[in-house]
Amino acid sequence: MDPILHGVQGFMYPDEVELQWSILIVLYPFITGLVAGAFILASLERVFNVAAVKPTYRLALLTALAFMLVAPLPLQMHLGHPERSFEMFTTPHRSSAMAMFGFVYLWYLMAVLVMEIWLDYRKDIVLLSRSSTGIMRWVYKAMTLGSDNISERSLKLDDKTGWIITVIGIPSAFLLHGYVGFIFGSVKANPWWSTPLMPIVFLFSAMVSGIALVMLMYMAGMKARKQPIDMRCLDTIAQYLFYTFVIDFSLEMLDLIHRIYEADESFKSLDFMVHSRLWTSQVIIQIVLGTLLPLALLGAAQVLRITAARRRVMYSVAGVMTLIGIFAMRWNVVIGGQLFSKSFLGYTTYKLEFATREGLLPAIVLMILPFFILWVLVRLLPPWTAAGAETARGH
Amino acid sequence: MKDAAHLLRLAGLFAFGIVLFLLVRQQVMPAGFGKYGHFRPAALDAVRARPMTYAGRSTCEACHDDQLKVLQAGKHATVGCESCHGPQAKHAEDSSTIKPVLPKSSQLCPVCHETNSAKPKAFPQVVSAEHSGGEECKTCHLPHRPKPTK
Amino acid sequence: MDMTRRFFLVLTPAAAAFMDRTGGAETQPQSKYLMADHYWAMTIDIDECIGCGNCVRACATENDVPHGFFRTWVERYSVAGWPEEHPDVDSPNGAFDGFKDKPAKPGTKSFFVPKLCNHCEHSPCVQVCPVGATFESPDGLVLVDKDYCLGCRYCVQACPYGCRYIDPEKQTVDKCTLCYHRISQGETTACAENCPTGARTLADLKNPKDPVHEFLRNNSVQVLKPHMATGAKVYYKSLDRSVR
Repeated sequence: MDPILHGVQGFMYPDEVELQWSILIVLYPFITGLVAGAFILASLERVFNVAAVKPTYRLALLTALAFMLVAPLPLQMHLGHPERSFEMFTTPHRSSAMAMFGFVYLWYLMAVLVMEIWLDYRKDIVLLSRSSTGIMRWVYKAMTLGSDNISERSLKLDDKTGWIITVIGIPSAFLLHGYVGFIFGSVKANPWWSTPLMPIVFLFSAMVSGIALVMLMYMAGMKARKQPIDMRCLDTIAQYLFYTFVIDFSLEMLDLIHRIYEADESFKSLDFMVHSRLWTSQVIIQIVLGTLLPLALLGAAQVLRITAARRRVMYSVAGVMTLIGIFAMRWNVVIGGQLFSKSFLGYTTYKLEFATREGLLPAIVLMILPFFILWVLVRLLPPWTAAGAETARGH
Repeated sequence: MKDAAHLLRLAGLFAFGIVLFLLVRQQVMPAGFGKYGHFRPAALDAVRARPMTYAGRSTCEACHDDQLKVLQAGKHATVGCESCHGPQAKHAEDSSTIKPVLPKSSQLCPVCHETNSAKPKAFPQVVSAEHSGGEECKTCHLPHRPKPTK
Repeated sequence: MDMTRRFFLVLTPAAAAFMDRTGGAETQPQSKYLMADHYWAMTIDIDECIGCGNCVRACATENDVPHGFFRTWVERYSVAGWPEEHPDVDSPNGAFDGFKDKPAKPGTKSFFVPKLCNHCEHSPCVQVCPVGATFESPDGLVLVDKDYCLGCRYCVQACPYGCRYIDPEKQTVDKCTLCYHRISQGETTACAENCPTGARTLADLKNPKDPVHEFLRNNSVQVLKPHMATGAKVYYKSLDRSVR
């Protein structure tokens, strides 16, 4: 094993040369972040009565569900023994942040997302079970759980229950992603990860990415259906994106300044890493293109008088750059945290393979999969009949 | 109440799922888990069950106590038998068929005694090429009593 | 197999994967060995290490350590006195083939540092294992249950000392067992057995007659990365401040 062949510079402990967590583990926080962010945007309308973002309510929920279903796949694929993953439920280790994943995931998926979607769509499902034919009729019938009661009172009850679930759901969404941050933030052996800010940074970056995704999906959905975009809605979402992004960026800068000022034993090593191996992905992609550029675009759209058509272009660019930036942030955390030696004396290289189990190809497939699931979900439960939901909920 | 029937059905479905999970969990729980801590006690046996490759000095002593006496009188007193002679657990089990091969001293001795600037200064070191020029160390030194004999 | 078991086997393939393990025999402490009587550790005297690599080779032979991975290894440090510079450290192939001499730079000191799992009392690796596949045994060892490990690699990330690797064949984590199969039968570890200078010594902290107590009392002893508060139990004598 020649260390030079492994792209090692300086000294690494001999077992450290190979990276343990690959691009699949980059996808995991990226995808759960999109889920949490999309859900929090949906909750805004429900709990805080932000009427302007109503057109995206159902779409945000379905987006969250589509990504949520894919979230555990990269983890499963990266395990050395995926067939043993049920052990997480059999003998969960209480002191392990990771052991809680299964429970947090199931709670969020079943008790929050599925319940909320079901309650919100129940009237539609019952109506669809009556109107559709063939196999779809039976699918919808099964989804009604055999109850086609859509009386005024029952729908009112659904609305109340849904509201309670959303109220529980917001802290759950915070928990889901804050917890993902904790998985990294609690590793004291790794100074690049170990900071109490990590869960909060993960949470806000999750909200940023989720809001950006729903914003893009809304524009794309409207375009596909040749419907006019509700600019009041879009502007409000962009405004939220801007505010959340400002908080997120401040937190990340706080972390950076804190590191530079404290300059502990790891600082020289990490500083060198940021200036060499992470320069492109961290400084150029994450900070300049993925944060400052969208912030400038979103900020300009707030302050300057710009036509609606131009704003749409600006929002599209800002949204795409935001998603790229947040992906780069996950990359820099997960991969960056493994490029330096815990001896602080050397650096290794991550070699991204293509068509291997943890290569680029499965990562691309896993990133396309949620959009496919979303396409199915949108066909199954059309989110566009928001007017129907509105009257059903009676406000 | 009638208007909440669908909610009760959903609750029932959840309850069924939880009960099913608990039953499956009970079935697949490894035997004795948690007896000594959060792990399977059988894992301790699995680690201990590995056969030994190095027999250990005390095992060598059982037959070769004469050699050991010589060794202990000299500078190599603390050197384990198998650090020069290699792993001999198989030989210890069946000494009639499995015979150790005597190591070649011109290759073995420099493993420790070749000069290296990072070695403790007091440790005897030579540049073997200059010191013996490839000649067997055994010609002058007895490995078990390494003081030069000529 | 009774009916209920079969019922659940049909329901979940994960359950099927577990069945072969649930029937495992209850552990029986081996004849004379009592876990409660021991608490294992190791002492290392850096002044004695000659960097021969015997320990690395013996460990690989005794434990079938796969090529390119290390349960123990030796590092060579070359450190300038003042002004303090980056220490020059190398460990070619984990010192499996020892070290080739390189002339000391003027004004530097050089020495070897053997490394292995510290069998921490408060192991960060055990803390993060989601299923209890790596654990602290009652006699003070950090061990891996290779029939239970998921291969999630969280423990590899959590170890501050870089002592864990993924067994490429079994796809589970692997690490030093402090030769549990040897020490539970009254032998010392393969590395200590084959250390020609006695730089490494197995220690039983629960044995009042063990020389480890004298070692700890009479020397300035340090552990690696003490600020990590892992309760490391590999005690080093003459550990330089530059060692990480």
